[in-house]
Amino acid sequence: MPVRALVLRTAGTNCDEETQFAWELAGARAERVHVNRLIENPRRLLDYQVLTIPGGFSYGDDIASGKIFANQIVHHLADAVQEFLARDRLVLGICNGFQVLVRCGLLPGAADGRPTLVPSATLTNNDSGKFEDRWVHLRTDTGRCPFLAKGEVFDLPVAHGEGKFVPADSSPLAALEQKDQVALRYVDSRGRTGASYPANPNGSAGDVAGICDATGRILGLMPHPERHALSEHHPQWTRRPRRKSGDGLAVFKRGVAYFR
Amino acid sequence: MNWEIEVRFRPGARDVHGEGCLHEVRDLGLRRVEAIESARLFHLDTPAPPADVERIARELLTDPVVEHYRIADGGRPPSDGRPVVVVRRKPGVMDPVAISTLQAVADMGLAARRCATARKYYFSGRPTRGDLETAARAVLANCCIEDIEFSDEVAGVFRDAPPYRFRLITVPVREAGDGDLLRISREGGLFLNVREMRAIQEHFRALGRDPTDVELETLAQTWSEHCVHKTLKGLIRFTDHGAGGQAETIDNLLASTIARATRELARPWCVSVFVDNSGVIEFDAGQCVCFKVETHNHPSALEPYGGAATGIGGVIRDPLGTGLGAKPILNTDVFCFAPPDYPAGRLPPSVLHPRRIMRGVVAGVRDYGNRMGIPTANGALYFDERYLGNPIVYCGNLGLIPRDKCFKHQKSGHKIMLVGGRTGRDGIHGATFSSGELTHTTGTEFAHAVQIGNAIVEKKMVDTLMQARDRGLYSAITDCGAGGLSSAVGEMGEHLGAEVHLERVPLKYEGLSYTEIWISEAQERMVLAVEPRKVDELLALFASEDVEATVIGEFTDTRRLRLRYEGHLVGDLDMAFLHGGVPRYERAAEWRPTDRTEPRLRPRPDYTRDLLRVLGSWNVCSKEWVVRQYDHEVQGQTVIKPLVGVGEGGPGDACVITPLPESRRGLAVGCGMNPKYGDIDPYCMAAAGIDEAVRNVVAVGARPDRIAILDNFCWGNCDKPDRLGALVLAARACYDVATAYGTPFVSGKDSLNNEFAAPDGRTIAIPPTLLISAMAIVDDVRRCVTMDLKQPGNPVYLVGLTKDELGGSHWYALRGEIGRNVPKADLALAPRIFAAVHKAITAGCVRACHDLSEGGLAVAAAEMAFAGGLGLDLALARVPREDGLEDAGRILFSESLTRFLVEVPRGREARFGRIMKGLPCARIGRVTRAARLVIKGAGGRTVVRADGAALREAWRKPLAW
Repeated sequence: MPVRALVLRTAGTNCDEETQFAWELAGARAERVHVNRLIENPRRLLDYQVLTIPGGFSYGDDIASGKIFANQIVHHLADAVQEFLARDRLVLGICNGFQVLVRCGLLPGAADGRPTLVPSATLTNNDSGKFEDRWVHLRTDTGRCPFLAKGEVFDLPVAHGEGKFVPADSSPLAALEQKDQVALRYVDSRGRTGASYPANPNGSAGDVAGICDATGRILGLMPHPERHALSEHHPQWTRRPRRKSGDGLAVFKRGVAYFR
Repeated sequence: MNWEIEVRFRPGARDVHGEGCLHEVRDLGLRRVEAIESARLFHLDTPAPPADVERIARELLTDPVVEHYRIADGGRPPSDGRPVVVVRRKPGVMDPVAISTLQAVADMGLAARRCATARKYYFSGRPTRGDLETAARAVLANCCIEDIEFSDEVAGVFRDAPPYRFRLITVPVREAGDGDLLRISREGGLFLNVREMRAIQEHFRALGRDPTDVELETLAQTWSEHCVHKTLKGLIRFTDHGAGGQAETIDNLLASTIARATRELARPWCVSVFVDNSGVIEFDAGQCVCFKVETHNHPSALEPYGGAATGIGGVIRDPLGTGLGAKPILNTDVFCFAPPDYPAGRLPPSVLHPRRIMRGVVAGVRDYGNRMGIPTANGALYFDERYLGNPIVYCGNLGLIPRDKCFKHQKSGHKIMLVGGRTGRDGIHGATFSSGELTHTTGTEFAHAVQIGNAIVEKKMVDTLMQARDRGLYSAITDCGAGGLSSAVGEMGEHLGAEVHLERVPLKYEGLSYTEIWISEAQERMVLAVEPRKVDELLALFASEDVEATVIGEFTDTRRLRLRYEGHLVGDLDMAFLHGGVPRYERAAEWRPTDRTEPRLRPRPDYTRDLLRVLGSWNVCSKEWVVRQYDHEVQGQTVIKPLVGVGEGGPGDACVITPLPESRRGLAVGCGMNPKYGDIDPYCMAAAGIDEAVRNVVAVGARPDRIAILDNFCWGNCDKPDRLGALVLAARACYDVATAYGTPFVSGKDSLNNEFAAPDGRTIAIPPTLLISAMAIVDDVRRCVTMDLKQPGNPVYLVGLTKDELGGSHWYALRGEIGRNVPKADLALAPRIFAAVHKAITAGCVRACHDLSEGGLAVAAAEMAFAGGLGLDLALARVPREDGLEDAGRILFSESLTRFLVEVPRGREARFGRIMKGLPCARIGRVTRAARLVIKGAGGRTVVRADGAALREAWRKPLAW
């Protein structure tokens, strides 16, 4: 049985098709499902092993990015999500999906795995004050997350206007580091942190590009792994020797491998 | 009860919006303003108790990590004594955040009746009331769609429109004289001239009745220049004073030039051209691609953000309304503005500063395109002072459509279904407004012609339509664009007949008359024809995705357009008159060759400084500031991006996408435009545009035999014979060049009244501006090349002939000259060069390739060097050139067409040479490891010597905002 991945979409989701494609390239069976279908039948979530919330502008980023989608999850899907997480399954939030996971309290993480509207971090306006699409270098800093391999340095694009990670006073960066929840950081081409804009494209605290929850099974990241599934996705592929696949595909392959 | 919730950033959290506003306000010279703090206001009308309002504020509206909130219960909200500016939407203007907020409140299990949002700005420092007003008008608000308040008063946030009471209005035209007819046209905003009004008068005299207002409006919309292209398709009496001065009559310029080229080329891969909302060509055996480019100039002059956003939103609906609907896969954007450093003190009244227009336009396309999830990966920016009062905003969209879905088949009895957004008073008279001239009072008179978009409504609609299409649930689709329902239903029912019940159209608010409903240009709406047995399934599908869909009538076999409102017959028009009754008459056109001369310029010993200045000129410099604000790789298909090379620091010639994820077949998209050449010769200008668009796609690896092109003419007022004469020449060039290059036109659009009437009585016409867009097939994207140099030691070749063609060049412009020797296309040689370059690319003989365009060889060489982080040694003595051309400056900066600078991998020189045999092509230098550009003149002396970093900085800096 192939791993079943749910790509949850709603009004304004716009990276669902390429995310589905990346999952399938990685060997999963992926389905794009509208949140209305899940609200009609929340237990349908349990049919899947991975919940993916893809990128986009859910509800136009109205009020704040990911806010209205998060509000829906909290008010209509909290029980199902809690049960899903209790069953050792995976959650991946990319870009707007990461924003949703932060706004509904699943990242950095609620102790009981239940979505809530009391977030312990935020993703706010880029320091540059505008949406930017650019490629960044990333380094995996956690050994806890099944989607990632610690120490790896790789390239993905970011494309967002609200991606600056700011932890709440109640959940400071040092605590996240201590619990090995800082999954990905923006680094320079040699893998070093502390680089200024544009290596850190949004001004994130601690160069944080992605975090996971305390179990490592929920990963949220601003960069788009699905946009580097193929070698030719890289902006400099014409300068480099040909590769079999793009760096981002590994995220999906490891997600599949977790269930093998 | 009405509540006001104010959300602000906490101390210590960055308020980037406020900081940005301060930056712009200080740019205006308002030194007394020291800080601006922005706040978001939500007005809620809800019966919920205070504790629930508190919950809404805390849990929904505020980001507690960086923001805090205050609540006021309808009275005077707390104020801290700082001067404030509050910016609210005018009544009836779309407020997407308010709509989303109401939905989210409902998700919380609470109820709210109404919501409105606003922005509030707190000023620090010692601004005067005058400072606040200046800042509000120039930076914080657009008075076209927003009201400004200078106090905390919250009264009157919700202003209900009075309900509409039906009253049938007829317009007495039968007895009117010419003066009355013109008055009726003017007062009704119909933009119909006296000939057209007389035709209408005659028609209704024969019927023995006067038209109703909605009938007159329908005729005005359908007969507008915007919708029927009366100029291009009409009769033109043309006198070419350069060719003997004999007058000739041209019957339908469009058919006799542009469409004729396509007809004669008769390419089997052209699937649907000039008949639908966009042009369709074959992509592979099962799929087609279509492309449309539109302009949205006049709205963008008044409200840059909304105008540009609805420009892109509107053009997306063209491929979506093609055949049975194409999936949008790529956006393009080309903008023309006055220079951003235009002195603010010289602006005519009511004209927005070009910098503000540019920021607004870029933000509008960004926010709409990015929200739609469509990559914007090709475009251009062009600057000229004549765009001051009349900027040009071209927006393009490409769609992917299965081959068996390329045609519509509506029949009588099929239901007319309106889907997507609701109808409001927005955009009324857009089609007729865009067909007129802008004046300094247009902003107040036509504020209602500016629509405000809501991208998410369109996105939902696209998502649902694609499912409906694939399930075969409708038989035809078209967009509700200019002219609204009037144009959409009128076109779909042209050969059938239609009956519409206007009271069934879902409205945003009460108070719209039947005429307003019919001609509203509210965004995000499409019209479908649906077999009756499929209606229920289709309605259920739309409901499942939260998209509104309503049956508003049906197609008939009466050949009449019948409109009803609550049972009353309010319009009954003969389709034949509606679509065929517009009178054709002869317009005068003439052309007098310009009597320009070539400047005498003394040769210089060194051209490094000239090169740096051309690189830093507005038209050549880096557009990174724009490119990065667009998501150019959403959908995961962009394999050649707009910025290429080391650090993505070089300007790619064209983008390439892979529309089918499982296939490596690609589509290259590029464009060409050269308004400067039009000041010398519009024929050469048009030819150069086509050559440039073709060069761009060939340079990345597209097939020269599979290029389809689009024409978009933006011209001055074509009632003036000289403007129309220039158009005739440009259209003739389109025929000649497209035929010679084998590149059929598949779609196009014109905007022929781009003049600004300043209050001093002067009119400023834009330069003749022809945008050529190209889409081309790439057999295998893994063969594509980019323009950045790759490998030190590789030889570099120049392909194509360099001539003394600097007329309209950027080098002349540096010196304030225009000149006479405008670049000319060599119709015999150019296709051979394109074919050879393509063959070399497919044979693996090309590591980097860049076309020579603005700034010529010098600019191309500099860009290739800094994009690759490498250097170049070039010798001008070896450049293939016409006899007698020895001046280094001219060789460096000539803008002769059909030229490419090519890096060839070592070991492939012989093969490359064989492919180029018989063509002007020579090895002119090599790639060097040191990041430096060194060019030796024909005599052997060094004429350019510059570090890559300096070149890159000169190019990067001007628009690095």
